[in-house]
Amino acid sequence: MELLYGHPKSLKPIQTKYCPGCGHGVIHRLIAEVIDELGIQGKAIITNPVGCSIWADLYFDFDSVQPPHGRTPAASTGIKRMLPDHLVVCYQGDGDLAAIGTAEIIHAANRGEKFTTIFVNNAIYGMTGGQMAPTTLIGQKATTAPYGRDPIDAGMGYPIQVCELLATLGGTKYLARGAVNNAVNVKKTKQYIKKAFEAQLRGEGFTMVEILSQCPTNWGMQPKESVEWLEQNMIPFYKLGEIKNTLDGEAQK
Amino acid sequence: MAEEKRLMKGNDAIGEAAIRAGCTAYFGYPITPQNELTAYMAKNMIDNKRTFIQAESEVAAINMVYGAAATGARAMTSSSSPGISLKQEGISYACGADLPLVVVNVMRSGPGLGGIVPSQADYFQSTRGGGHGDYYHFVLAPKSVQEAADLTYEAFDLADEWRMPAMVLADGLIGQMMEGVVLPEKRDLSKLPKKPWAVGHQGELKRPINHVTSINLVPQELEATVKARFERYAKIKASLQRFEELNIDKSDLVLVAYGTASRIALGALELAKADGINVGLLRPITLWPYPEKRVSELAQQGKRFLVVEMSMGQMVEDVRLAVNGRAQIDFYGRTGGMIPTEDEVYAEIRRILKK
Ligand SMILES: Cc1ncc(C[n+]2csc(CCOP(=O)(O)OP(=O)(O)O)c2C)c(N)n1
Ligand code: SF4
Ligand SMILES: [Mg+2]
Repeated sequence: MELLYGHPKSLKPIQTKYCPGCGHGVIHRLIAEVIDELGIQGKAIITNPVGCSIWADLYFDFDSVQPPHGRTPAASTGIKRMLPDHLVVCYQGDGDLAAIGTAEIIHAANRGEKFTTIFVNNAIYGMTGGQMAPTTLIGQKATTAPYGRDPIDAGMGYPIQVCELLATLGGTKYLARGAVNNAVNVKKTKQYIKKAFEAQLRGEGFTMVEILSQCPTNWGMQPKESVEWLEQNMIPFYKLGEIKNTLDGEAQK
Repeated sequence: MAEEKRLMKGNDAIGEAAIRAGCTAYFGYPITPQNELTAYMAKNMIDNKRTFIQAESEVAAINMVYGAAATGARAMTSSSSPGISLKQEGISYACGADLPLVVVNVMRSGPGLGGIVPSQADYFQSTRGGGHGDYYHFVLAPKSVQEAADLTYEAFDLADEWRMPAMVLADGLIGQMMEGVVLPEKRDLSKLPKKPWAVGHQGELKRPINHVTSINLVPQELEATVKARFERYAKIKASLQRFEELNIDKSDLVLVAYGTASRIALGALELAKADGINVGLLRPITLWPYPEKRVSELAQQGKRFLVVEMSMGQMVEDVRLAVNGRAQIDFYGRTGGMIPTEDEVYAEIRRILKK
């Protein structure tokens, strides 16, 4: 009997430590499904970031490297340059990518490093307990923005649209933004990931999929509320879709 | 067949030795007085079809090394003092993940931006685990261009054998001066040590998956890991303390100096000799592991010591630890990029010996 739908091979059959309703688990599954579809499990390497997804190496059933907070794009650069025929997945949170690791992501992207960043934007620092992230929305509360993010009077700055920021760089070939708040968006996000991985395997240049993701725990919400909040607050500001696609060849289809 | 001796700048010789040792990935960021090394690698790594990246910062460079080393490649970065401060996070992670890699520090003066001239003020940072956590790594201190090449070459072997970073601690003088050097032979990359713990090719090799990581949130487990690493450190300390010595038997006073300072100490030793005064010289080559056994023996024999450094006195603390109160220890140092002269050191010798 043919198995039509099952647990991905590239993901270990264990329960994750992520909170109920967390987006990280869904995103892990999408990555694993695409890796299975591409048949590249034995040649996949993930850099798991400092953040809630530090646990990624417990769940993915392939090799992993854990660099310091924010330095994943630099480490992925080193890995991919040494193993150009491997699939290198640079998994990052918003604090990791857009705060402490801003220099590393911009320059890796600008050099056109041929790995794929999976950028999990949950608009908060999950692991450390709900501090303001560079992607925290205006007015959104965080432990370090107790009255909400106030860019002007409190000088907290503005939420950063990372895809749009990176789109200006010559080395970036594919930048897409998906979300995991409902089945339709999950499906689209998977297509973006697949396109990015395929482009990576063709050696096309820097690829990234930003994924809007729920953090019910640190948003102070029930899981159901959190998917609605994402829909109503994050998606209007962080536009979904392919923000930049200058891929050559077959991925354009 | 041994190669011909050629005239080379220290920085270039380090680069060439690294390439010959099988370094396939170099990542660096410009800083004086090691710029020639980065430029040497830019040209020669590319000519050898190996990887060179001018990184956006020293932080990025060390993490590129971290990634490349995780795949089992011989990888290296170089910098000078302020840049080495930035690399300390990455070095700590590499120690925590048991990753072999090579870091070259061509020291300049500090603290802060300091100056661009030679100094030895990064001794504490290098030998005490300059980043966070309980760790050490190899620190090798060349006194000449020849030794800079030899120790760089060997650093890759030590790092691989013991699965930890190895640092070559030179200074601006060693980096900038030209001397004759006979370069080591070029390694056959296919014969370098195999690294079964590295990531990559997992499917082909049909091995269990590998994780290169330093995290462990279970205190009992992390303690056991760190303790196991310290057992490795103990083996290294027992077998790899390296030094050179001169004129020790005839002398009551032993000069202790490494790198450039040891050349000046040697000059002072010769000035003394010409006046009929015998002093010895102990030159540590490994700063970690420190040659504490030899210092201790000499203290036991009743020697006294004059430590000479291009700093306010950092290595002198290791001499004190080894001597453990059994001998008189004097110190002479200059800092800020000032280099002690042979005459200054000789004057100090005479003051101590009341001659
Ligand atoms: C150098 C350093 N600074 C700070 C931290 C603490 N820290 C751990 S995770 C984290 C934020 C993670 O947030 P994000 O990248 O958004 O990931 P999330 O947990 O939300 O998925 C911080 C600040 C650290 N581990 N290292
Ligand atoms: S804190 Fe947030 S990001 Fe972290 S596991 Fe929980 S829900 Fe997910
Ligand atoms: Mg986050």
